[in-house]
Parts: sequence; structure tokens; C-alpha cells
Amino acid sequence: MKKATALITAGALGMTFSGTLMAADDYITLASTTSTENSGLFDAIIPTFTEETGIEVRVVAVGTGQAFEIGRRGDADSLLVHDTAGEEKFVAEGYATERLNVMYNDFVIVGPSDDPAGISDSENVIEAMQRIAESESPFASRGDDSGTNRAELRLWEDAGVTAEGEWYRELGSGMGPTLNTAAGMDAYTFTDRATWVAFENPQDLTLLFEGDEALFNQYGSLLLSEERHPDLKHDLAAQWHEWLVSEEGQQAIADFEVDGQQLFFPNAE
Amino acid sequence: MLTSDNAFSTALALIMSMDSALISIVMLSLQVSLMAVFIASLLALPLGAALALWRFPGRNVVIVALNALMGLPPVVAGLCVYLLLSRAGPLGEWGLLFTPTAMVIAQVILVLPIIAALTRQQVEALHGEYAEQLNSFGLTRSRMIPTLLWDARFALMTVILAGFGRASAEVGAVMIVGGNIDGVTRVMTTSIVLETSKGNLPMALGLGIILLGLVTMINAIAHVIGETAKRRLG
Repeated sequence: MKKATALITAGALGMTFSGTLMAADDYITLASTTSTENSGLFDAIIPTFTEETGIEVRVVAVGTGQAFEIGRRGDADSLLVHDTAGEEKFVAEGYATERLNVMYNDFVIVGPSDDPAGISDSENVIEAMQRIAESESPFASRGDDSGTNRAELRLWEDAGVTAEGEWYRELGSGMGPTLNTAAGMDAYTFTDRATWVAFENPQDLTLLFEGDEALFNQYGSLLLSEERHPDLKHDLAAQWHEWLVSEEGQQAIADFEVDGQQLFFPNAE
Repeated sequence: MLTSDNAFSTALALIMSMDSALISIVMLSLQVSLMAVFIASLLALPLGAALALWRFPGRNVVIVALNALMGLPPVVAGLCVYLLLSRAGPLGEWGLLFTPTAMVIAQVILVLPIIAALTRQQVEALHGEYAEQLNSFGLTRSRMIPTLLWDARFALMTVILAGFGRASAEVGAVMIVGGNIDGVTRVMTTSIVLETSKGNLPMALGLGIILLGLVTMINAIAHVIGETAKRRLG
């Protein structure tokens, strides 16, 4: 028995080491959002970048709040997130030296197809959210300090609604789990379009409100500060940062489609 | 619609396709968990046996603490390792965060208390039976440890398998310290979480079935080895 155990573990050891040896040295760790990862954007654009530069990009997909925390601690070489106010604060605090617009898409409100709050013919998103609150229809909120969650909370504030009560359910989870839960309890929810389009378990959920300018969802790339974290791979990260806003990068983003639908619109200046 | 039927067919199709991404995920899962169990066993078996044999002040506190740590939430273990390995943390210079090594460390912390606590219990019971005999040989307590561990080996195999079960099933720790990076730190459990969050439930369940199959296979191998060894010993 001992021999067999030793064999198995020696095998495991060997595999682990060979695995480490095979890993490329030229890689950066990118902290980004679940919407970009789950929709498949990175699978579509990163290979192009890697081919051009030889740099591998390892994506850690988390909420924007957590991405900022990872950046502050120096655990990622680059950030691609969607909370412009938070990003500007991040730069002002000295954690990043530059923030650039990369692309945008929009948020939408999805809900049960019979639309109990009647939001589909609302004039604007403020009215739609007020209708949900007035009818006390179940609403599933991310509640996880992500970029989407922050945008949703700003809209409740603009709508003059105190988002609390039995109808307002803070889930504290990512966009996908929130959509799963909303589908399960016939609740409205606020989501970015990319995650929604790529989502495969909508059940009775359907897109009910879209198209208000207030639903604009901007993504930005952050170049982290060399002063704060001298050990990071700033040279490689800068190449990625610049590629995203370059003609090729912007074209790669525009070319990405799910079911024939473009999900991210490049808008670097 | 989701039915168990298409989860099974998804699992089957995945296995049949021998998808290289899937194979690397499976291999990484096995590497991380087996390595964690191996390291944890090296530390926990002697530790548990020592705890069974020595009497010292505060021993009961250690036993209770070890038993309690069997219930350590994986996400808490993951968070502790994250803070330790983060660039801003004490071991940040090692640059281990978001690597398979970090995942092994987190799982060792989860598995060690299980193996140590259960080993303590097994060895204590065995020692109760054989104390007089062992004493008559004039063995010191540290000399008794290998003898007792060897005698308890079949029970300890189950103990180690319990540890492996914990390691291969947990997701909270590897998610935080590994980051679920495609092709680098993505394992079976984090893939299942990812597919669930995409709403791709048949795929998530299919991966779950494959994981369960793998764990069953490892347990079967261990069982066969154990039975064969027992028969040989007569």
C-alpha cells in the first residue's frame, strides 16, 4: 500500500513540477469583471494580443470592488473594470497613473415576462425603477459592491427610492448567480447586457427595459502605479493597456459577437 | 430545459470528446488535491499520533481546537492564505498568489485538521488496547508512533480518503487563492461555479458528474489496494 501511495504522490509531484516548468514567463495577471469573462470577450480578444506580443494574459474575474482591492494590494498587473467614478478615485489615491476609456455597453432591466410592475412602457429608467418599488415587485440586487451594483444603487438614489423592504433582495453574489436566483424567484434584476445575452438559463426572465442614456456602462483600463508596487510587470501591463486602445485592440473588441450581436462597443479616444 | 438526462449526456459527451481543456482541468484538480493530501498526511499522521500518546497541560484544548477546525469554512481558509500570499502580505515576495501552489497550501490547511483529529482518535483507541504489550517491549512513546500508525493503517486509509474528499470537493478556498484563471488555476469545482454563473446548468452538472466519477475511482483504487493487502496478511 505504501508503495502505491508513494507512486501516486510521486506522480502528482512530477506533474506539478512539469506544469510549473511549462508555464510561460511572459504573462500578466489581469483583474477584471465577471461580465467581460463570462460573456467570452477575453477568449475572443486575448489570443490576438498574445499572438502579436507573446504576452499571455491571465484573467481573474471578480466584481469591480474586489478588483480594486486586488489592485490596491498589488496582486494584479492590470485592471479592466467598469466604475468610472471608482476608477478616478483609484487614480486620485495614487494606485494607478492612468485611466483610459476602452469600450462601453449598457445595462438593462430584466424581469418576469408578464411584467407585474409594468416597466416596459416606462419613459425612462427612473420611472421604471419607481414602478418596481411602488408595486413592491421582487427585485434581486447584486449587493456585492460590483460596478453593476454601484450603478444600480446610484439609480435608486436618483429615483428617490429607499431600496429596502421585503421586495428588495440583496443577494451578495455575482451577475450570473443573481440572474439564476432572479429566474428562480420571478424577480426583476439589473444586469449588464453582455452577461444577459450570454446567459443560458433565463427561464421566464425577459428583457423589459433598455435604451436610457443613464444606463450607459463604461469600461476603463487602469495602468497601475510603479511607485506603489515596483514588483509588478509594468512593462508588459503597459503593452496590454496600450493595445486595448490601439486600432487592433479596438477592432478585436468590435468584432466580438454572441449570437450575431455585438456586446462591447470600443470608444477609446 | 434542464433535465438530469441532458446533464448525463453532457457529461458523457465531454468524456467522449477527450477535450484537452477538460483533461487539463481534471489533471490540475487531481494534482492539487493529491498533493495537498500528501503534504497534510506527512504532517498530520505523526501529529495526531503524538497527540494520542502524550499527556500535557492544555492537551484537551488542542484536541477540541483540532476537532473544531475540521469544520473550518474553506472560504475562511482561502481568505487567510490570500492575505498571507498577497503582495501586500507577509509572504507577498514569493509571488505565489493565483498559482496552483497557493491552492495546495489552502487545501493543506483544510485537510490537516481532519487527518490529525481522526488519527488521534484511531491511535488512542489502538494504544488503549496494546498499551501493556508495547510497554513490555520497553518502547518509548516516540518509538510507538510508527508501530501504532502501521497497525492502524487500514483505518487511517479511510481517514486520508476523508481528507481527500474534503480537498476535492471544496471550492471556496481555491477560488480565492487561485482566481479560477483559465488554463492556470481552473479546477473542476471552480469550473462548476463558473458554468453555473453562466447559466449553463447542464454543463455544470455534467462536470459535477465527472468529478464524482473521479473521486469514486480514487476511492475504489484505495479500497482494492486495502483489501489486497489485508488478504495477503491473512
